[in-house]
Amino acid sequence: MQALRRNIPALLILVAILVGLEVFVRSANVKAFIFPAPTAVWAALVSNWNGGYNIFPAARATLTEAAGGLVLGTALGLIVAFSVSRFPRSRDTILPLAVAINAIPIVAFAPIANNWFGILSPFSKMAVAASLVFFPIMINVLRGLTDVDPSALELMRSYGASPGAVTRRLRIPNALPYFLTGLKVATTLSLIGAVVGEYFGGLTDTLGRVVVGAASALRFDITWSAILVVALVGMGMYLVAVAVERVLIPWHPSVRGDQPA
Amino acid sequence: MTEQGASPVVRLAGVGKTFGAATAPVVALADINLEIGRGEFVSLIGPSGCGKSTLLRLIGDLTEATGGTVEVNGKPARQARLDRDYGMVFQSPVLFEWRTVEDNVRLPLELFGHDRASQAQRAQEMLDLVGLTDFAKRHPYELSGGMQQRVAIARALAFSPSLLLMDEPFGALDEMTRERMNSEVLSIWQRTGITVVFVTHSIPEAVFLSSRVAVMSARPGRVTKVVDVDLPRPRGLETRESPRYFNLITEVREALRGSDGGSSEATLASPERTAAEGGIG
Repeated sequence: MQALRRNIPALLILVAILVGLEVFVRSANVKAFIFPAPTAVWAALVSNWNGGYNIFPAARATLTEAAGGLVLGTALGLIVAFSVSRFPRSRDTILPLAVAINAIPIVAFAPIANNWFGILSPFSKMAVAASLVFFPIMINVLRGLTDVDPSALELMRSYGASPGAVTRRLRIPNALPYFLTGLKVATTLSLIGAVVGEYFGGLTDTLGRVVVGAASALRFDITWSAILVVALVGMGMYLVAVAVERVLIPWHPSVRGDQPA
Repeated sequence: MTEQGASPVVRLAGVGKTFGAATAPVVALADINLEIGRGEFVSLIGPSGCGKSTLLRLIGDLTEATGGTVEVNGKPARQARLDRDYGMVFQSPVLFEWRTVEDNVRLPLELFGHDRASQAQRAQEMLDLVGLTDFAKRHPYELSGGMQQRVAIARALAFSPSLLLMDEPFGALDEMTRERMNSEVLSIWQRTGITVVFVTHSIPEAVFLSSRVAVMSARPGRVTKVVDVDLPRPRGLETRESPRYFNLITEVREALRGSDGGSSEATLASPERTAAEGGIG
């Protein structure tokens, strides 16, 4: 209820924009292939939801690819972050490599991933998504594992705690807020990765292919409706990450919601 | 209340600590000799940079001496740390914000493998001791600074160490809270019979709490004088108002000034007097 009230301004602005667009498109007589009216986009979405361009099955397939990439990339990011924090000497070797990999434009990697894992296989899209997800997870978790209050480390030392115990009871809980920050960024990145992967070829019933197919058929009303669904799926994934955060770190200042002055 | 055992709890003999490279060494501590008996309350006091915190950390084996012997309970400091002979309280409470108050107190007991039932019971006892029974399920951010530091004390005492090391534990608290915390620490010390080494830069605090005050000088850090505090116990408000208390504060202050090596007061006094005379004239 409170969340609803907080989001009322955003909703009102959204409605105002949509109404404004509708009025503008109709009164200025903008051609549909340049900018379709919001009602036309909605109509295209409804008529292609299950049939035609199959937007609903496409969304399900793209979500699966994005989620798979998110899981893979997160696992990889966690493994590297834990390894580097455990063996600090590997830092100078692994971090530059990770930065270099992260610097490769995703459009350059997508065709290669299609070639490696099969253009029709969802794994090729998961690979693209995972390569985007990996870096923010790795760099945030590494920061969280190493950016520990020195006094807390001394406290653990005063107990004669083993490195494993320090990791379990201090470093991991300390890294949780950092991890969740990375995860929130990673959710939308995974979706971008999946869609970009689809751009370079893949099964017809995926959102990326719907965008490409509808645009080349000059059905921009359908293109826009697919883009709308991509945005909604991304938002949904983000909100799931926010919900996970509330469950995992209710004690953190960012979650417990102290009123800002 | 306590008997002065044959072997001291802490024995420092010729202890030195040098930081930095061999080419540009910084001597933090030099030739420290001090013995602290069972049940004593000893304060280390001195100007900033005199190495009093470093000395405390040497006793706790949080850093290593570069010379001399540091023994706790007749063992090398490292062995004493591994045997969990001491509890530590830092200047900041160092509570884990993801744990409740109770779970923070349980932390050392978990690490030492106590069973859950005894962990819960012991945490309860410790929170009773520091007067935070009703806050067991709260998180640290819901507590005031003084309450957080009481949780830190409860955590340090939870596994019944024979020695309590406190590094300016009340330095961040306001004067009124600090005085209340002083009385609480004294009452805990008297009830448990634990040996305390207490680092502070507050002269009244050192005198009020201690059985002995070790006065330190800077560059290099040395113990220049040990003042015996013979104020009667239990100590309370009357102590803070007694002439003997003020005499001892003066004694420690003069020892600190002497250890500073300067007669800075003389240079400060003359312009003050000139101003006063000018006012009269």
